[in-house]
Amino acid sequence: MPFIQGENLIKEYGSGESAVLALRGIDVGIEKGELIAIMGESGSGKSTLLSILGALNTPSAGTYRVGDKDVYRLSQEERADFRSQFLGFIFQSFHLVPYLTVKENVMLPLVPGRMKGREKGRLAEEALARVGLGGKASRLPSQVSGGEQERVAIARAVVNRPPILLADEPTGNLDSKTSRDIMDLLRGLNNEGMTIIMVTHNPECAQYASRILRIADGLLMSEERFDKSLLTPGGSNGSEIRAYAGPAPL
Amino acid sequence: MTLKDIALKNLKRRKAKAGFVFVGLLIAVSSVVAFVTLIESLTHDINTKLEQFGANILIVPKTENLSLNYGGLTIGGVLYEMQEIEQKELRKIRTIKNSANVAAVGPMVLGGVDVKGKKVLLAGMDFDEVPMLRPWWVPQGEFPVKEQVLAGSEAARVLGLSRGQAIETGGRSLEVSGILDPTGSQDDRILFAPLPTAQKVLGKEGRISMAEVAALCHGCPIEEMVEQISGALPGAQVMAIKQVVKGRMDALDHFRRVAYLLSGIVAFVAGLVVLVTMMGSVRERTSEIGIFRAIGFRKSHVMRIILFEAGIISAMAGICGYLLGLGATRLALPFFAESQGVSLSLDPVLFGGAVGLSLIIGLLASIYPAFLAARLDPQEALRAL
Repeated sequence: MPFIQGENLIKEYGSGESAVLALRGIDVGIEKGELIAIMGESGSGKSTLLSILGALNTPSAGTYRVGDKDVYRLSQEERADFRSQFLGFIFQSFHLVPYLTVKENVMLPLVPGRMKGREKGRLAEEALARVGLGGKASRLPSQVSGGEQERVAIARAVVNRPPILLADEPTGNLDSKTSRDIMDLLRGLNNEGMTIIMVTHNPECAQYASRILRIADGLLMSEERFDKSLLTPGGSNGSEIRAYAGPAPL
Repeated sequence: MTLKDIALKNLKRRKAKAGFVFVGLLIAVSSVVAFVTLIESLTHDINTKLEQFGANILIVPKTENLSLNYGGLTIGGVLYEMQEIEQKELRKIRTIKNSANVAAVGPMVLGGVDVKGKKVLLAGMDFDEVPMLRPWWVPQGEFPVKEQVLAGSEAARVLGLSRGQAIETGGRSLEVSGILDPTGSQDDRILFAPLPTAQKVLGKEGRISMAEVAALCHGCPIEEMVEQISGALPGAQVMAIKQVVKGRMDALDHFRRVAYLLSGIVAFVAGLVVLVTMMGSVRERTSEIGIFRAIGFRKSHVMRIILFEAGIISAMAGICGYLLGLGATRLALPFFAESQGVSLSLDPVLFGGAVGLSLIIGLLASIYPAFLAARLDPQEALRAL
């Protein structure tokens, strides 16, 4: 059984005649260590799917399991603990807390835990060093560039070393060079074993994925799988040239 | 970093909102403190005045007779046999539980004497205690010593007495040492002599007709002292002179009730200010709370952040409100208190009460906004991003 498994996920917003079916029954299985790109037009349901996978949005029907946890059978507080322990989030517009410094923003996911302050600080510094922002820990988010804010968001998402990273348009507000840097960073995390699921409009970003799930009208329309064994090193900025392994069986 | 750090950082960032809540609570706490300290100061002032007011407890012999005297008129000229108390019995007053509250004991012997062919009441009393028991007396002349009398203004007029004049009564010659200015009381119609002199003239050595007690009532209800003295003097009837005390206390109680009502209204309005401001603050922070919840904060974590913020502001408002209230009372007191120099002191109980009240208002009014914040659906909150 896949590490992450959603079966017949249905999400309906509203009720009666004004009801909108955002997801019409999606099955998704993701193995540990995969880097998944979810693509689709605006309103296709990809963000809804990501929010369900992020334990933030209870599906109207279907089941969602991570490991042995049936996520939506957990209480709200247990789900909060689940998010804290299993998931890292990178939000579309970074969504850093403006009155906290870069380092404090990164420490946020550690706040609910019982870790000592010094240990929290050490982990935050490590995460910041990892994204190349070691020297900007004491700045406010408004005092760093957009690309750096994205890096802060990544550092915050990985500071407690969650097994799953969810990213909503991680490069949506960035220029192409910064986007490549960010994607390289995500790929590095993925290479270390982190499962990454990202929603993106950007085909270049999707090229970094091991699988692309295409969604339209709340349905999974196609799945493209890339064979990592066919990947060859090289390309601009150290990125790899991707090898298409053909459509994956639905 | 902890939840407290997040709360403190948010307070620093949203100074205007925090300031609004602070000012609301500050007004409430300072008003309550001002009302309470004003009432306490005025009560203290009145008690102090009552202590200077003279006798407030009367001790008379127990009798089965009912008085036929009203407003200075004696009906039908009926005279009952006068009963007396042994003078030495009065020492027992100094043994009661609240003896420290007994400021003065004034024994008095009464009896009728003939002066210039007219009947007049002679009262023997301890003139050392007069400044405490009759502070309003103003004699033209001196207080009497041995073989002298002090004449009430009306008695002097009727008997045609003047200062230095000698009167013959009970076989003794007594000199008029002075004449009292009119008091508007029955004292105007009496001759006063030192107790031993009067006892000798009346043939009542070692006995007294009544006694007046000046009790310091502050911190001790006068009724309790009456009970204690009654216990010590079973043969005497002990009464509190209540009218003046009650009148003043009634006025103060009325003021107290109005003040507490106003305090309650101000506290309620402050609570509403806190509630509305905190609700606005929570609405402004929807996205931020969404992030907190999304990254794993429990509802209780969000509530703790909001309530900690409210607690910090409330505690500060409580401390500052206490000081401001004291300052306001200091300014207002001269307009309310008759006595000059009524002092205000830092009262740790009132200080604790002020901080406690502020915390109760602030936290109670913040519970609902905190609950709403905690209940925010993270998905809905993130949509606001």
